[in-house]
Amino acid sequence: MENYSILAYLISGVFFILALRGLSSPETARRGNIYGITGMIIAIITTLLLPGIESYGLIAIGIIIGGIIGSSIALKIEMTALPQLIAAFHSLVGLAAVMVAGAAFHNPSAYDIGDTGNIPIASLIEMSLGSAIGAITFSGSIIAFGKLQGIMSGNPITFKFQHFLNAILGITLIFIIVLFCLEQNQNFFWGLTILAFIIGFLIIIPIGAADMPVVVSMLNSYSGWAACGIGFTLSNNLLIITGALVGSSGAILSYVMCKGMNRSFISVILGGFGGEDVLVKGGKEEEQRPVKSGDSNDAAFMMQNSESVIIVPGYGMAVAQAQHALKEMCDILKKKGVNVRYAIHPVAGRMPGHMNVLLAEANVPYDEVLELDEINRDFASTDVVFVIGANDITNPAAKTDPQSPIYGMPILEVENAKSVLFSKRSLGAGYAGVENELFFRDNTMMLFGDAKEMCESIINALGK
Amino acid sequence: MEHLLQELTVFILAIFVGYYVIWSVTPALHSPLMSVTNAISSVIIVGALIAVGPALFGISKIMGFIAVVLASVNIFGGFIVTQRMLKMFKKKKK
Repeated sequence: MENYSILAYLISGVFFILALRGLSSPETARRGNIYGITGMIIAIITTLLLPGIESYGLIAIGIIIGGIIGSSIALKIEMTALPQLIAAFHSLVGLAAVMVAGAAFHNPSAYDIGDTGNIPIASLIEMSLGSAIGAITFSGSIIAFGKLQGIMSGNPITFKFQHFLNAILGITLIFIIVLFCLEQNQNFFWGLTILAFIIGFLIIIPIGAADMPVVVSMLNSYSGWAACGIGFTLSNNLLIITGALVGSSGAILSYVMCKGMNRSFISVILGGFGGEDVLVKGGKEEEQRPVKSGDSNDAAFMMQNSESVIIVPGYGMAVAQAQHALKEMCDILKKKGVNVRYAIHPVAGRMPGHMNVLLAEANVPYDEVLELDEINRDFASTDVVFVIGANDITNPAAKTDPQSPIYGMPILEVENAKSVLFSKRSLGAGYAGVENELFFRDNTMMLFGDAKEMCESIINALGK
Repeated sequence: MEHLLQELTVFILAIFVGYYVIWSVTPALHSPLMSVTNAISSVIIVGALIAVGPALFGISKIMGFIAVVLASVNIFGGFIVTQRMLKMFKKKKK
């Protein structure tokens, strides 16, 4: 490789680091994104100028096709559908990694890694890892997409000997990789790739929809490692740097999400959490307990006569697309002199930071939106908490009941507030299948119905 | 071997850089973080371009072309959706 290109790739890598660095604050983030775009342009132009690159027409067609598809999707997508979009994008990175690994195997001389049938063993190992991780990312992301989009049931799909089967397949995969490295046979290459596809599929199906924040982060990480594998194959430092950045980013996000649920990464991966059978167990006999329910007039009355209100949004807000109505409601309250803030739990929603984006979309200033650690102490001095479409993340059982599946999970301590309003469709349990005893407390009022309609009718009631 | 060690050095150092840079990302921006990492991981297009590049037609070229399309979807889609998200984050009007 030419020296100038190595240098240009390095510059591009530095731009990518700056792009991530920019995300440390919303003020610098947009500039960061521009750095990212700059880095990408440098990388692409540098590659196009490499000797041996001739088919510019075909390349242009490819970039234009991809560009049009990508841009039109990204411009149209609803912010509530972000998690599935990200999952879909991850799958593309995975498949691209498989394709590049395959291309390198079939035409090694273009990549300077020997000739067909005579590729150095190190390159073969790197190639097979890149392809295998890419394939796992691809099929895993497709399953995650299906679950998030609602094409597939969000319930965990489990069967007997599942982990045993996965282990057998994993060992077989390693075996085929060894054979591939020894024989350099293309059948083994495709064999290991297809097996990895199947493994990716199998490791995501047992994971329930509510664990998707972890899964999406994990697949984010995998897509990075796949890029790394390709980077090693092609001896390209830029791919290695970028892959490592993305890989560690996804790993850290997975860690943050697991911590937000007090679950170990292993238990998420093994899956089977939440879903039908747990739901059935979840206190059928308790259903008769009395709850206090109210309507929008009660809610409006309570909130406008309070000094401080904290809003706790959850996935239900995203489903009902209630963020704009919610923001309008809060604006009226603020005009009436109420101090309104928002509290975000790390695992609220279906991907990291999901709620923040939706609130930002509704024009809520980000300095009113606070994280769990920043706001948890303030609940005790708050008059009304308005929980909209969230459940488990407020459940005090996480602190008090060691039997509870969510025991130990950090929660937003809304119970400490003077009163709590729950805007919810029904009394149903949350994803963990646990009853929320908060519903039955004296200072709790349930507001049954669609979250968006509820906000709208509270707005009307406030206007009166 | 020397090659591999050099790459390994870059790899390990990049992981450390990633570790510290990512921890400094504010949790409020975790969604844009995912979409932007998704966009930059499509730098894998570099490998795809090398496969499409040679004038010689073959299976490697076809696979490279597919990878170029896929990575382009991601690059454009990822950066645009990130920009859309970041545009929405506003401070309180004083």
